Amino acid sequence: MIKMNLEPPNPTNSLAARRRFLQRLGLLSVAVAAPALLPALSGATITPVKGASNKHRWGLLIDTSKCVSGCDACVRGCHEEHGINGTGNDHTDAQWIRKIDLQDDLTAKQSSLPMMCQHCDSAPCVDVCPTGASFKRADGVVLVNKHTCIGCRYCVMACPYKARSFIHEPVSNQKSWAPRGQGTVESCTLCVHRIDAEGEQQPACAVACTDEAHSAILFGDLSDPQSDIAKAMNKRHAQEVRSDLELNTGVRYLNL
Amino acid sequence: MTMIDHLRYATLKPGRLSYGVVLLVCIAAVVLGGYSALTMEHAGHIITGMNNHVVWGLPHVFAVSLIVAASGALNGASLASVFGLSYYKPIARLSVALAMSLLVGGLLVLVLDLGRPDRLIVAMTTYNFRSIFAWNIFLYTGFLFIGACYLWMMMERRFNHHIKAMGRVAFAWRIVLTTGTGSIFGFLVGRNALDSALLAPLFVALSLVMGTAALTLVLVMLDRWQATLLNDQLLGSLRRLFVWFLIALVYFSIVHHVTNLYATEHHSVERYTLMGQLSGMFWIGHIFVGVVLPLGVLLLPTMRLSNTGRLVISASLALLGGLALLYVVIIGSQSTPQMLFPGKTILASRFGDAGFPTYHPSVWEWGLGIGGLALAVLSCLLVLRVLPLLPESQRIENVSSE
Repeated sequence: MIKMNLEPPNPTNSLAARRRFLQRLGLLSVAVAAPALLPALSGATITPVKGASNKHRWGLLIDTSKCVSGCDACVRGCHEEHGINGTGNDHTDAQWIRKIDLQDDLTAKQSSLPMMCQHCDSAPCVDVCPTGASFKRADGVVLVNKHTCIGCRYCVMACPYKARSFIHEPVSNQKSWAPRGQGTVESCTLCVHRIDAEGEQQPACAVACTDEAHSAILFGDLSDPQSDIAKAMNKRHAQEVRSDLELNTGVRYLNL
Repeated sequence: MTMIDHLRYATLKPGRLSYGVVLLVCIAAVVLGGYSALTMEHAGHIITGMNNHVVWGLPHVFAVSLIVAASGALNGASLASVFGLSYYKPIARLSVALAMSLLVGGLLVLVLDLGRPDRLIVAMTTYNFRSIFAWNIFLYTGFLFIGACYLWMMMERRFNHHIKAMGRVAFAWRIVLTTGTGSIFGFLVGRNALDSALLAPLFVALSLVMGTAALTLVLVMLDRWQATLLNDQLLGSLRRLFVWFLIALVYFSIVHHVTNLYATEHHSVERYTLMGQLSGMFWIGHIFVGVVLPLGVLLLPTMRLSNTGRLVISASLALLGGLALLYVVIIGSQSTPQMLFPGKTILASRFGDAGFPTYHPSVWEWGLGIGGLALAVLSCLLVLRVLPLLPESQRIENVSSE
């Protein structure tokens, strides 16, 4: 026989139930907050992910006297590193780095050099980007945030070096360290994944150039007076491309 | 007892065959524009004529045309409420509605031409205030908000006394808006063709020309359906204004190019614009069709044309000329080699750094641009059908305010 409880609720029981509920809620809160609170209470510290530091200013020094006309090892090295597969149309394909042959109008001296994002300190692409997707890290590396780039191409218009590429068609075979996407803009990252990984710091273009026995591209910390790149720049007059714009580029050229 | 001027307004009455034809053509063009945008987003910009030299193509020409025309189309309202010309009052509401519609059309083209139009929410929520583009987003949305308030003040009799103040705000805002649009192009230091602060006043003058032209054509079209909009006083005023706006435009255009010719670094760009591949677009499109012919039609007494006829022809020509000028400014500036190495000649580059890039707009770009224009006209007609923005008669009645 089922006995039905038809008595009115006991105020004492109701109070106890509410107390139990509050106790459980308190325990749940502690359980949720504990992982965050414990290290602080115990004095332990969580190791933060290493970010860019303004103690460095990464850059490249390119000796045009060592750069060989017709050699495009740096371009191939870069494309291989970042999974850039051309479609054969140079005007719509991504051009993170390209080779240019020059002749001086006065002396007729000829030179060859790679042109890529110059990682400007006062980067016009960063200034004009409406969403802030174009940004400069504390260590001077200029990048594009692929999540907030809306593909307006204002940065392509603003770049004095034509170093930015708009991706006109679907991309495939992407590398995990170099995310790319149709409808967004991209450019040389100075192989930032290598910089951040430490150990193997040299960017792919510099490695490819060295492998080709030309060693025209020197990578390093411009703000460290003891670095090879700073010493080389102090010894010889390194030039900025379009120095008249006073953008304080991170990429400098010798024998331009 | 005080007496106030009172106009009765009504919605647009359909019924004419031409109204249906305009509506159908606009709907067809909007559908074509939508299809073009979808196709471009799916396949990528590879199906357009754009490339990494010319990254802003024909959709930008249409979008900027519509945006500057929007600013100028507000003239009708400004002349009534800011400058106190009472004969513009009957068309003031229409002027605001047209301005807002043109801006919506232009912005839609601009957004659908983005590489990632699906990320519009990012553009609306994440701002870099060093970017003129970001400021323009505020200027455009602000223009729509101010326009809506302006229209509200006009339509709600309780707020009629705020019209003048609102008109002043709208007038100032649209001048800043067009200056901002011109500045998008004017502050690009790496491009010799665009590195000039004169582009801002040039755009203001262009907005006055294109906006007045658009307003005139819409007025004449609507007047054919319900003859309550045009009168000799208004037509005469529009004609005089149009002449001054065209003179202002050609003045800034001349100053822009003459100052460029003075600077050696701009010589190659000027040679390209004035004597090169786009010289026809500049001389025939902008100067002859866009300025000389309209001025001739407006001023020559020997032409046996009515005021309406003169205005329709000159407005149509000025709109074509405005498109040509923007084509020269936007496409021409990207079609000249960028000066990477002053004092040196580029011998070879796979990217074609030394050559003149070519650009041929594809059918998808035409579709998107014309779709935006049609959407502007369509939305204006729809607003006129829903809201009482057109005067029922030209007669201004004296009504007791008691």
